[in-house]
Amino acid sequence: MSEAAAGAGASVRASVEAVFREERGRLLASLVRRFGDLDLAEEVTSEAVEAALVHWPVDGVPDRPGAWLLTTARRRAVDRLRRDQVLATRLAILQAEADRADPVPAADTGRDLPDERLALFFTCAHPALAADDRVALTLRCLAGLTTGEVARAFLVPPATMAQRIVRVKKRIRAARIPFRVPAPDELPGRLPGVLQVIYSVFTEGYAASSGPDLQRLDLADEAIRLARILRRLLPAEREVAGLLALMLLVHARRDARTGPGGDVVLLEDQDRNRWDRALIDEGCALVVTALTGGPPGPYGLQAAIAALHDEAADLAGTDWPQIVALYDVLLTLAPSPVVALNRAAAVAMRDGPEAGLALLDALAGEPRLRGYHLYPATRADLLRRLGRNGEAATAYREALALVGTEPERAHLRRRLDSVGG
Amino acid sequence: MKYMLLFMSAPTAEGAEPEEGCDFEEWVVFDKEMKDAGIWVSGHPLQDLTTCTTVKVGADGERTVTDGPFAETREVLGGYDVIDVPNLDVALDWAARSPGARYGASVQVRPIADFGS
Repeated sequence: MSEAAAGAGASVRASVEAVFREERGRLLASLVRRFGDLDLAEEVTSEAVEAALVHWPVDGVPDRPGAWLLTTARRRAVDRLRRDQVLATRLAILQAEADRADPVPAADTGRDLPDERLALFFTCAHPALAADDRVALTLRCLAGLTTGEVARAFLVPPATMAQRIVRVKKRIRAARIPFRVPAPDELPGRLPGVLQVIYSVFTEGYAASSGPDLQRLDLADEAIRLARILRRLLPAEREVAGLLALMLLVHARRDARTGPGGDVVLLEDQDRNRWDRALIDEGCALVVTALTGGPPGPYGLQAAIAALHDEAADLAGTDWPQIVALYDVLLTLAPSPVVALNRAAAVAMRDGPEAGLALLDALAGEPRLRGYHLYPATRADLLRRLGRNGEAATAYREALALVGTEPERAHLRRRLDSVGG
Repeated sequence: MKYMLLFMSAPTAEGAEPEEGCDFEEWVVFDKEMKDAGIWVSGHPLQDLTTCTTVKVGADGERTVTDGPFAETREVLGGYDVIDVPNLDVALDWAARSPGARYGASVQVRPIADFGS
């Protein structure tokens, strides 16, 4: 192959992979919906991409690459079912039973291509699957990540993740966990599971729990993209708006969160001119939607707290009494030691470090905060502000022993130095 | 797709009354609901654990018969139903409707293995 041809081949491959990443979830959902089998759908999806890599460099990239991939994948699936009668019989039974369970066809939304990913969202977040498996499967099937990328997100070897995904798919097939959108009366029970999965992807992407980079923006972007899709599919669900708002309002600070050398910059030291106004405006509008028309949900409340931070000119100008009040409501709705920790930090801003420290000390025996670096780090900051440098140094050392990412570690070391540790 | 609903209950203390709250009438109603829906395949309630006998045959062919269950179990199988429904969600709905899911008891839902397909 000539160098020019090799270059063109690489560029086509890059373009196929870009399209594939974007279309993969949609493609997979359509194929799962049609054939009722995740394995078959994944295999023919991969085959369609391989076919694209063969044909597109010769014939050019088609006008509607996604439609091309879908048609090709469907043909491959039908070919496979012709060859494999056992599989065909099994899938025919599945289809008959799916019709029996869901006799009314999904409403056609009138959009260009019906988006069938909602059913896949609910399958991937099914309560019969383990929590980590739900996140892994959602990243694989809906965010379009490769098994290797999912493995990196989980900090496990790729082979381990591959085995895990095989095991989850086997469970879905053997227990016949359905590909369906829950009925309206089931939604309140099932939707929080889907939101939790998306938020887990976001938090993993935003504050990577380990590794050299503080933020993994691709995962955070994926989570926001997933939430936007979900919001389009479930426009009346206020907690979907709340989750999207929360992520946008946190993500708006991404550029200000790290310094030039990749070092972490805390909220109080961030250059607020670098916050993304467009994301803040969009997030604030969504907070209004999330908190209007019924009692607030946990995501709507967290988004409202994030909005108060984003709208403040500086740390002193932040509406801390309102933030503490929102944490109070959040604690009654979704009690958690991490929320209590954040509330203590807000109280420290409202009433002074001593008040915050008293609340933190009351959380000292909390098993769920053991091993969480932000507990000793928050305590250390309050002790430092009180001039209790010796105790602050001890707490910074505790935090350093627990922290996962390199930039956060560097930040804690600087703080430790500043108190003479 | 066939699923077995295994109704697990806390063991009944010797001489104690049957589990509080679990009304025979509720089981009759549940039984009728399954049959009316056309999903019921088979099922039986079981006598309590004091009537259980355990049989084991060793490698040498010797048969051992012991009184009671082989191991101490926290939960006891009180009965089962096999239902034929389209998928796990429907099976879970039926399990949740049964009296066996309430009063501190629980239902294990297990797909029936089909080695023929």
